[in-house]
Amino acid sequence: MTILDDNALGTSAATGSALTPSPSAVASPGTPAAPAPLSIAGALNAALRDALADDPSVVVFGEDVGPLGGVFRVTDALHATFGESRVWDSPLAESGIVGTAIGMAMYGLRPVIEMQFDAFSYPAFEQITSHLAKMRNRTRGRVSLPVVIRIPYAGGIGGVEHHSDSSEAYWTHTPGLTVVTPSNPADAYSMLREAIASDDPVIFLEPKSRYWSKDAVALPVRTAPMTRAQVLREGTDVTLIAYGPTVKTALEAATLGEAEGLSVEVVDLRSLSPFDDETVGASVRKTGRAAVIHEAAQFGGYGAEVAARVTERQFFHLQAPILRIAGFDVPFPSPQLEEHHLPTAERVLAALDTWEW
Amino acid sequence: MALASLVALLHDDIMNDDVAARAEPVRPTQKPIRLIDEKGVPVEGAERAGFVLPEPEMLLDLYRGMVLARRFDVQVTALTRQGRLATYPSAFGQEACEIGAVRSLGEQDWLFPTYRDSIALLTRGVPPEQILSSFRGDWHMGFDPYEHRISPQATPLATQALHAVGLATAAKLKGDDVVALTLLGDGATSEGDAHEAFNFASVWQAPVVFVVQNNGYAISVPFAKQSHARTLADRAIGYGMPGYFVDGNDVAAMHAVTSAAVQNARSGGGPTLIEGLTYRIESHTNSDDPTRYRSKDEVAHWKTLDPVARLETYLRASGALGDELRQEIADAAEELAGATRDAMNTNPVLDPLELFDHVYAAERPALREQRAFLERELAATVSTASVSSGSVSTASVSAEPGSTS
Repeated sequence: MTILDDNALGTSAATGSALTPSPSAVASPGTPAAPAPLSIAGALNAALRDALADDPSVVVFGEDVGPLGGVFRVTDALHATFGESRVWDSPLAESGIVGTAIGMAMYGLRPVIEMQFDAFSYPAFEQITSHLAKMRNRTRGRVSLPVVIRIPYAGGIGGVEHHSDSSEAYWTHTPGLTVVTPSNPADAYSMLREAIASDDPVIFLEPKSRYWSKDAVALPVRTAPMTRAQVLREGTDVTLIAYGPTVKTALEAATLGEAEGLSVEVVDLRSLSPFDDETVGASVRKTGRAAVIHEAAQFGGYGAEVAARVTERQFFHLQAPILRIAGFDVPFPSPQLEEHHLPTAERVLAALDTWEW
Repeated sequence: MALASLVALLHDDIMNDDVAARAEPVRPTQKPIRLIDEKGVPVEGAERAGFVLPEPEMLLDLYRGMVLARRFDVQVTALTRQGRLATYPSAFGQEACEIGAVRSLGEQDWLFPTYRDSIALLTRGVPPEQILSSFRGDWHMGFDPYEHRISPQATPLATQALHAVGLATAAKLKGDDVVALTLLGDGATSEGDAHEAFNFASVWQAPVVFVVQNNGYAISVPFAKQSHARTLADRAIGYGMPGYFVDGNDVAAMHAVTSAAVQNARSGGGPTLIEGLTYRIESHTNSDDPTRYRSKDEVAHWKTLDPVARLETYLRASGALGDELRQEIADAAEELAGATRDAMNTNPVLDPLELFDHVYAAERPALREQRAFLERELAATVSTASVSSGSVSTASVSAEPGSTS
């Protein structure tokens, strides 16, 4: 692949410079670094950087992902390192971003594109559901679309209207898409690398309220395959099933529960589609009780799918109905009211108290 | 959203007077560009807009393409009425737009068609049974996109235009000499994706040619209710690209203008918007009743502007097309119609288990289970049918309906 000059994507003066990645500027993915504090945003940035360095067919584009480095700085410094022909700002149009990524993937590129904020992905709904998800099926497997759509999602950052939606149920209801969401920096790095390497289109949901959560991580890191759920905390009384932003909530509830003498197991789904029946099923068989936690509205939400699947498969192991601790069935509230909408650890424990133990 | 970058662009342009520095967009002509008039007589003067008639060999090739396409279209419409196809959107009357545009592409170039553009696929060499797979209903499409460099025919409007821009941009980034041409209808230009495609293509200077076939109606809605613009080609000015308003029933003009646009894209000149003014003689699809929204007089008028008859008159007058060659082409069209009939009169052999084969590249346990379920259901159906020796019963189901665990 040719690295073109600044004018690769237009005739007007482009900002930044088109640098061929130099060995000194690019972290070598082969050499593990010493564990250091790393945020989810930093891990995603490192994953993009390493993917761009490893594979010349990877390109990154979207709104403000260039010189600015993204509104959450997830694409920080990538434009300066890899140049205008690898990382660039697109016009402000989400359908256009997804639609052109589809054409690029048909021609052998692996686009990683950004929707900036959850509800801004809705103008691209048709391109995602009617084309991105279906192209392999329509063409009898002849056309693969290795596109990753990064969507910073969910609330908890005081965002105004349209900046805090949880849109996962729209995407998980669409055959052809893989939908994943990391909850910690190590997974953020590993899962994004895996998503970019996948030949299937991946909706990569980034829990924006956790962007700044840090762990000590040595890069490059490989965690479990992104389609597997992980038991983050062992327990014997109840399984809390969480993903993305609510994993932290579940872990907090487990700590609070422990103080009350409750042994709580926490499963981080990581992958919403496909669903890891095996890991979740094993946990529920062990504890006999399960509750699923998400920020999105409850009605018709992803928790309903989890509850139905687990009930169908584990009914005779269950001692109580599966609970859903979710957002209210209202449009995502204004910043000053969102604390009432978001599931908290206390709300999780209060829900568990409704069971007859 | 991305206000900061928008302001920066605007600021940059005003401060540096970039707007004046950019190439002056070509303003579409008031009257459509045409090279051969409706009586088959070559046009002289301003209406040609500087374009010249294609060489006689190319004109004969375009004629042959149009005759074959029309015969194919008539045959498929008949087969649809006989119930052999679920539906077929006819392009009768639009042959000049379709064939003129497609014949401007090189082997390495890509076509991004819509559901109405089956004859464009035919002209590019896709076998009839592969084109019609979708309309017969055996699979959503029947050809290999990479073999023919044609994207699946898009049903949602204008979405494929963005795919064309993306593919052309990828080719440009890789340094490949590839142009993408996409066909749109007049209704599609009302969709947001058409705007986004025009804008992205122009900003990125993608090697793309947009051909809008303005056939007067979006199903039943006439052009006057679709757009208040004088012409759709006028829109090109606002996107900073050349636009051409062409007589869409003049295949010579369609081919000359599209070829120039393809050449311009190939040489790094960016995208072009072409509007061909034409007419859909047939109904939208077989389930449409066009007598409810347009008059017999209107249809009769457009029949007098027939693109095939026009070129034939010209070619016969110029001596390029004699009786013998005309018959040879007519025979080839009959042969194509016969082959199409034969292909469509054979029932397709479908494997229901293929339903699960092309959803994901990576294997999914849930789909593996659902595949096994259908397999059991099919086995039970076959065994029931063989016992009763009657017709295959679909009522026979597995002993474990719904069981996937």
